[in-house]
Amino acid sequence: MHELSIAQSLVALAQQHLPADVSRVHAVTVRVGALAGVVGEALHFCYDLATEGTPLAGSSLRIEDVPLVIHCDGCGQDHQLAMPPVFRCPVCDVPCGDVRQGRELDLASIEYDTDEDAPP
Amino acid sequence: MSLTPRVLEIRQKVLSRNDELARALRARLRGHGVFTLNLVSSPGTGKTRLLEVLLRRLVERGIRVHALVGDLATDNDAQRLARSGAPVRQILTQGRCHLEAEMIAQHLEGWDLEACDLLVIENVGNLVCPSSYDLGEDARIALLSVTEGEDKPLKYPAIFNSADVAVITKVDLAEACEADLGALHANLQAIRPGITVFETSARTGTGLDALLDWITARQSERGASLQGAAPR
Ligand SMILES: [Zn+2]
Repeated sequence: MHELSIAQSLVALAQQHLPADVSRVHAVTVRVGALAGVVGEALHFCYDLATEGTPLAGSSLRIEDVPLVIHCDGCGQDHQLAMPPVFRCPVCDVPCGDVRQGRELDLASIEYDTDEDAPP
Repeated sequence: MSLTPRVLEIRQKVLSRNDELARALRARLRGHGVFTLNLVSSPGTGKTRLLEVLLRRLVERGIRVHALVGDLATDNDAQRLARSGAPVRQILTQGRCHLEAEMIAQHLEGWDLEACDLLVIENVGNLVCPSSYDLGEDARIALLSVTEGEDKPLKYPAIFNSADVAVITKVDLAEACEADLGALHANLQAIRPGITVFETSARTGTGLDALLDWITARQSERGASLQGAAPR
């Protein structure tokens, strides 16, 4: 299960980006492509392990699923594919492997409070 | 005081550190004229058996091949592969189900890359985890045996879509296990249109020459392009 490695990389990357005045992290959002080879449920589980003892402890992980999209030169259009995919243009019915979206494994955003946000 | 949390937009690849290390590694290997393969498969495809034969035949062809073998625990595979005469090193992953670029860089230390034409990396037996990790390879080869079922590429689209070559192993068993090779080829093309496919058997030797010719041709292109670009 590589989701633990991925969660650890995610936490390390998020920590690099955390502003100095963070008092509490609410949520971290990741974008996970249909072709990224990552299981969301496993990533949630591993996220809790990986955040333990870090400033991200207690925060929640939000996963935005990114569908698989190919581009066909024949019709000049983008097409969304279901999983498991068949890499053919649904309009032209020819093989098409030009992936435009769906491999993402990105840290999208961090939601947090700063000290000055805290009630007086 | 604000009532809603602040949102910091980042949009950066989670594995950007591995990607950077892999890019640097690829540049370094190419700079030495090394052609690099990353072999991925499920456990039980006969990857080590095939690799043992390939390494021996590559050595016979005069290719200076080195191998890195990723394994969860034991070093039996590396010992077996070292019988080919090629330098072989084991990468113990300590429970990790995949190799990362940093492990490759560490295990290349002390090897004279000027005396290496071809680097073969045998990834950990797993078709899910290695797909996310670039190792700086020039080509990714996915292995699958006829005993695993024709729908294997559909079950693991991420890895088969990221592969440049598919090698079907144990074709000598195709009849016995009633494998539908036509369907297997169709499924590979459905997941990765245009993928190069070899049917092989390490036991009978079927298809090995074709695979070796492909590897040798790609490797010599690398050497030739290097000599053209910067004569040594
Ligand atoms: Zn089309």
